[in-house]
Amino acid sequence: MEPEQGQPAPDAEYVLHLYIAGATPNSAQAVRNLHDICQRYLPGRCEVQIVDIYQQPELARQQRIVAAPTLVKKEPGLMRYLVGDLSDRRRVLNVLGLKPDPNDPYLHD
Amino acid sequence: MTAASALPQLPKAPTGIDGLDEITNGGLPKGRPTLICGSAGCGKTLMSVEFLVRGILEHDEPGVLMAFEETADELSSNVTSLGIDLKQLVADKKLRLDHVHVDRSEIEETGEYDLEGLFIRLGYAIDSIGAKRVVLDTIESLFSGFTNQAILRSEIRRLFRWLKDKGVTTIITAERGEGQLTRQGLEEYVSDCVILLDNRVINQITTRRLRIVKYRGSTHGTNEYPYLITEDGISVLPVTSLKLEHNVSNDIVSTGVPELDEMFTRGGLYRGSSVLITGTAGTAKTTLAAFFAAAACRRGERCLFFAFEESPQQLIRNMLSVGLDLQPFVEQGLLYIEASRPTLNGLEQHLVTIHKLIGQHRPQAVVIDPISNLVSVGSITEVRGMLTRLIDYLKVQGITALFTALVNGRNANQEMTEEGVSSLVDTWLHVRDLEGIGERNRGVSILKARGMSHSNQVREFLVTDAGIRLLDVIIGPSGIVTGASRHTQFLQEQSVALAAQQEIERRERELERKRRVLEATIANLRTEFESVEEELRFTNREEERQHQELSQARRQIAAGHGARSANNSAAAPTNS
Repeated sequence: MEPEQGQPAPDAEYVLHLYIAGATPNSAQAVRNLHDICQRYLPGRCEVQIVDIYQQPELARQQRIVAAPTLVKKEPGLMRYLVGDLSDRRRVLNVLGLKPDPNDPYLHD
Repeated sequence: MTAASALPQLPKAPTGIDGLDEITNGGLPKGRPTLICGSAGCGKTLMSVEFLVRGILEHDEPGVLMAFEETADELSSNVTSLGIDLKQLVADKKLRLDHVHVDRSEIEETGEYDLEGLFIRLGYAIDSIGAKRVVLDTIESLFSGFTNQAILRSEIRRLFRWLKDKGVTTIITAERGEGQLTRQGLEEYVSDCVILLDNRVINQITTRRLRIVKYRGSTHGTNEYPYLITEDGISVLPVTSLKLEHNVSNDIVSTGVPELDEMFTRGGLYRGSSVLITGTAGTAKTTLAAFFAAAACRRGERCLFFAFEESPQQLIRNMLSVGLDLQPFVEQGLLYIEASRPTLNGLEQHLVTIHKLIGQHRPQAVVIDPISNLVSVGSITEVRGMLTRLIDYLKVQGITALFTALVNGRNANQEMTEEGVSSLVDTWLHVRDLEGIGERNRGVSILKARGMSHSNQVREFLVTDAGIRLLDVIIGPSGIVTGASRHTQFLQEQSVALAAQQEIERRERELERKRRVLEATIANLRTEFESVEEELRFTNREEERQHQELSQARRQIAAGHGARSANNSAAAPTNS
């Protein structure tokens, strides 16, 4: 299980659930990327839950997870599925509705 | 061959679908994936659902249905019409439905990924109920959700490998693609068994066909087999025609016309054999068929009559005109008349209707009148194929079958039926017009009767108020005669007989006369004889008297020596 809670913000602006498949390289990369994005762009504004679908296969079904890793953006706005290890920082930020920080070292142009 | 059969055969998972197991020699490869591809409306989903449901109900193999296009509710309601209750099976923990929804608009690809989510969901579903069968209903939908083809392809390849390792029998459905079996070329990944479904419209009639493109490690039927979606699910035809193994009966059943029975050495038809009556229009084929049906009903057997030309009422009325009342048999439930236009259904649908009615009524005799009308529905090859299956089916069921077929009258000696079924049937009767001097007569002959010898004559028959009557053979100066010639011949023979009779009478009289003359002569002679006799007698008596007188006289003379009284004696000689 181990839902890794971010900042306990009940009224968090962003609700992000990351579904990973154990400790595969893609999953580990996704976790690292998500942490970095949250710290850099959404300090204190997001509630992050990381779910290992190996541990909770029933959740994968409920949450309609097909690919791994998948980041589900529940809030704000429409629910979106971000499939992949979140390495495409510009695209992730675009979907999350965030403005790229020019100082972001992972921002590849 | 013996070595091969000694080796363990490829294990198979029976589908339970009518006919499919026969074609695949036992079912789909067990523990391996099978690809079912076809265009829209072919029944791919239905076939795979039926595979799952039958696996659960008949083989106690739980199943997982992973649907990429329809939700669980949609699926359930779609198959309810077939009497399948998916929800109950789900509640019984025999089935798991998992709808995989992939929506391009919701998905953003942000880097490397795999389809582990799918694997986990599938693995979880399989493990939670111990599933042995899995259906992935149109996995190709993934291609519309994800853009990275390289990942998808390698993941699908991995999925099939993984399913194989799990040992579940899997059906993967896919849409038919242009120039290849499936749109995404999935056939590359499934190497064990590929089944192709096809939906064709020919002459405004739809026929669904199934073909096994490949089946690694097993023999299989290679033809295209028609299949149907019926109320009971999918039915692939032929059901039984792959082998020629059926029990035969030595019983004899009547044709319904006693004189016709006599033309067969054994006095009728073998039970369970198939009979074909061919003839030109108006040669009483239907009437003969109705008599056959009535004979079966009189034996207390059930009979199914498929009428493709007349309605049941019309048939009953028309048969009344020849003194055959079918109504009581219908009322007793012995005779069931199924009337429909041949064009109502496709050939296969007809075959299935026939199968279904046979299953319902369990008849001992079946009449199809006429089979030649089916040509209006399909091509000759198709009709022949359908009839082959039908005849096979009836034989296996031990049902005596009678078919009528209209043959083209233009060619008088054409005895081939268009459908070429004559080689399939056991007994073949041909009724024909015997056209002579200004009239038509009906003649019936036996062209073949497998397993018994038969008359070689063309027998004239009459359809009278009291049924069918075969007439005795009359041989005229130029062979067998019929109709008016028969009548002429009859009159001629009658006059000849009369003349002969008169001749005999004349001779009798002559004889009588001779006898009388002779008798008169005899009487004459006797009279003559009597007069001669009388004369002789008279003469004899005279002589005797004279002799006596003479001897008396001598005695008197002798006595007269002494006494004179002798004179008196001389005056009254003997009388005193």
